[in-house]
Amino acid sequence: MKADNIIDITNVVCPVTFVKLKIELENMETGKILEVILNEGEPIANIPRSLKDEGHKIIDVTNNDNGTYTLFVKKDGLV
Amino acid sequence: MTDINFAELKKGGFMKQKQKDYFSMRLKTIGGQVTAEQLETIQLVSQKYGKGYIHLTSRQGIEIPFIGTENIDAVKRELAAGGVQNGVCGARLRTITACQGSVICPSGLIDTQQLAEDCDHRYGGREFPCKFKIGITGCPNNCLKAEENDLGIKGGIIPQWNAEKCIFCGVCVPVCPTKAITVDKDTHTLAFIEEKCCYCGACFKSCPASAWGGQSGYVVSLGGLYGKQIAIGKHILPIISNAETLHKVITVTLDFFASHAKQGERFAKTLDRVGWNTLKAAIEEIL
Repeated sequence: MKADNIIDITNVVCPVTFVKLKIELENMETGKILEVILNEGEPIANIPRSLKDEGHKIIDVTNNDNGTYTLFVKKDGLV
Repeated sequence: MTDINFAELKKGGFMKQKQKDYFSMRLKTIGGQVTAEQLETIQLVSQKYGKGYIHLTSRQGIEIPFIGTENIDAVKRELAAGGVQNGVCGARLRTITACQGSVICPSGLIDTQQLAEDCDHRYGGREFPCKFKIGITGCPNNCLKAEENDLGIKGGIIPQWNAEKCIFCGVCVPVCPTKAITVDKDTHTLAFIEEKCCYCGACFKSCPASAWGGQSGYVVSLGGLYGKQIAIGKHILPIISNAETLHKVITVTLDFFASHAKQGERFAKTLDRVGWNTLKAAIEEIL
């Protein structure tokens, strides 16, 4: 899968994880794809729900088997 | 006042204090909600008749300590005028506790406050051979600790997967706290093991394709006990999908306790003695 932007939020903790993600998405155009690298545990448990609440659509999730996951998110994909 | 009926006072929420001729007065609350008007009344009564403070009880109640025997009637009258009722103590259905539930909490899956009101209306204060506690928590996060109660109620989502809507993105796999879901993206297949599901609704709340739907339901636990002896409420029933059935289950459970418990015997002990399967069979008849 090809992304338009990429963001790594493995170096921050909740709630900064979602704040960084939100700012990144705000700076993108509707329909563009953002690749997100995030940690297992709290981030992967909570961020998908928050993205849905904000109207962004997750289109793929991969377990990187190193304690991180990669999400592909379509901006405003649920709006 | 020479003839004080302590049993009658205890029934009405007057808890005898160590200090002679003083009571700590328990007030009625349902699901931990108190209005500003009630708070004002409680403030005034505690200042006029108590020592100007209240105690928040371990089960979401309020007590006004240091009410003198001679003031019992006046206190009852002034509280009633301000919309505050006496609480209960002793061998009866106690304060019904509840978290804020789906009306307020983003995690809430059931309207705990409405359910607490309904339960109080139907069962509040009912007399038994021993005390009986009901607690209601809105979701599997279990802030209200349902399993501590003789009968605990926990909100849940009964998940249902719609293959036609699924985009096989795989997000439900890592968000599921009990690893009940596996997805094979290559073959476009999904496996869900309901026995592992804790009904938290994480799949439903995260799914970008609305492939996971769900109906809210009630997970009931029975026989919780947190006193000198401790027992964690057991889940012996399937999740219940509607309030009407839930109330039937509560009614059968309370009737069972009323008819089988010995004086002073908590529900967990009754169930150990009479048999959990006896109650389970009685409930299954109405499910």
